[in-house]
Amino acid sequence: MKELDIGTFVAVLQEMMGPLLWVILVAAALATLGFVYVLVRDRGLVARRLVWSEALGVIGGVGGVLLMHEITHSDFADIGGPIDWVVVAAIFVLGAVGTVVGAYTVLGLFFRRAA
Amino acid sequence: MAKIPAFTRRAAVLAAAAAAMAPPQPQAAVATRARIVIAGAGAAGLAAAARLAQRLDGAEITMLDRRQAHFYQPGFTLVAAGLKDPAYTVGRTADYVPRGVRWVEERAAEIDPGAKTVTTDAGRRVPYDFLVLATGLSLDFDAIEGMDTARIGQDGLGSVYAGPAQAEATWRAMSAFADRGGIGLFGRPSTEMKCAGAPLKYTFITDDILRRRGNRGKAELIYNAPQRALFSVPIVAERVRMLYQDRGVAVNYGHDLSAIDLGRKVATFRTAEGPKEFRYDFINVVPPMRAPDVVRDSPLRWQTGAWAREGWAEVDRHSLRHVRFPEIFAVGDIAGVPKGKTAASVKWQVPVMVDHLVATIEGRQSAARYDGYTSCPLITRIGRAMLVEFDYQDNLVPSFPGVIAPLEELWITWIMKEVALKPTYLAMIQGRA
Repeated sequence: MKELDIGTFVAVLQEMMGPLLWVILVAAALATLGFVYVLVRDRGLVARRLVWSEALGVIGGVGGVLLMHEITHSDFADIGGPIDWVVVAAIFVLGAVGTVVGAYTVLGLFFRRAA
Repeated sequence: MAKIPAFTRRAAVLAAAAAAMAPPQPQAAVATRARIVIAGAGAAGLAAAARLAQRLDGAEITMLDRRQAHFYQPGFTLVAAGLKDPAYTVGRTADYVPRGVRWVEERAAEIDPGAKTVTTDAGRRVPYDFLVLATGLSLDFDAIEGMDTARIGQDGLGSVYAGPAQAEATWRAMSAFADRGGIGLFGRPSTEMKCAGAPLKYTFITDDILRRRGNRGKAELIYNAPQRALFSVPIVAERVRMLYQDRGVAVNYGHDLSAIDLGRKVATFRTAEGPKEFRYDFINVVPPMRAPDVVRDSPLRWQTGAWAREGWAEVDRHSLRHVRFPEIFAVGDIAGVPKGKTAASVKWQVPVMVDHLVATIEGRQSAARYDGYTSCPLITRIGRAMLVEFDYQDNLVPSFPGVIAPLEELWITWIMKEVALKPTYLAMIQGRA
């Protein structure tokens, strides 16, 4: 990996995930669009809904880390250096942000009264 | 300096950023009617075919290989660790043959560099203007007296290298050993070999499995190396020596496996003091390796020294071009260059070799240069590995300096090995990485 350009990165991601890559990208795009739509419609964030989404986000972040452990046959005891903690944090943040955006959008679109 | 309007500066920065993000523009294909023969359709042969097909327009590219299955060999260790199914390492060559490349399902059997022809095992004569040797290497199990690959998986006999089924059989033998304990014997051959880290990794993995099962105290692990070091790169050798000491792996230098008695479970090693016998309950046999006969019995091999005996192709280490036959190149395991018979070497050798070949067609000189870069995610236990990258001069050449420390046991390196390596490999053999 002496050089890493975006073409290589995309090629590797495609090999890694196959059609799932496009499913994930489309889902992320839809969630983001839905999130923006709900924001504009409500003219801002709805605090109650955001708190629920953030609670779910914590579960999503932890879930992301556990999923990575599961697919790589490893666990917390394998964390060996500072970069490993950065990776754990990055996976947690990705899982958490994705879940918050997704949950906020779903709550905003389908459970408007409840939350 | 003239003042540049802010919006122009911003536009320039954005354009530069966009250019950096965009995939490199494909170079215009070079028109040619050259006949190029690639002997071998493994990782090196396929990657070479893909890159040549991208760079050339109208060339007649023929790839010779009888085997229809394609093996993802870096996965063998994971199969032998019980983490992956053998199917994880098996693909179909047909799925990776690039468009515009003719695949002849015959093996290159004889090369006549004077007449510029390759004769296949079916007797077909294939003339060439350029020849790319990508034959891989031969596992010389016969050089170990008493060895029988049909018995891998039985009586504590393992051999990760022999193939996907044998890697799985090795896992069964090692797993049974990890349940009982006893003496585990590991080592490497005195010849050049593919992925010199693999025998070291498998020792670490066996140690780890024994610990997970609470049986490490019942086992003695011994690593016998014919050389005077555990690895050709001194700083890596020293690091592995320290880790083996920490894990309680005994190391003997100057021990070369010469014979094995599968019934008595005794391995005999050549040493300076004469033959020495070791009883074992589990052994991972790594056979001597040499060039396939098609190169070894040809004028293309090295003419003097150990590499002449082993038969590797005598190519320039920086251009991969044959030193006596300028229209012949060698990539992958068959190339007689120091270091790296690994997929990572292939990844860096192939674009250099292809540039030299294309430059010759165009009548120009290529400045591309291969410095021996190769890499090895050296697994030190299930869940951790060290990313070891080095070059011809035994320099460490880390891809992520200051981020991923090369000699540190890390989870991120393990993730790369388990999740990212195979996709990178598959992208490589299709000329996309």
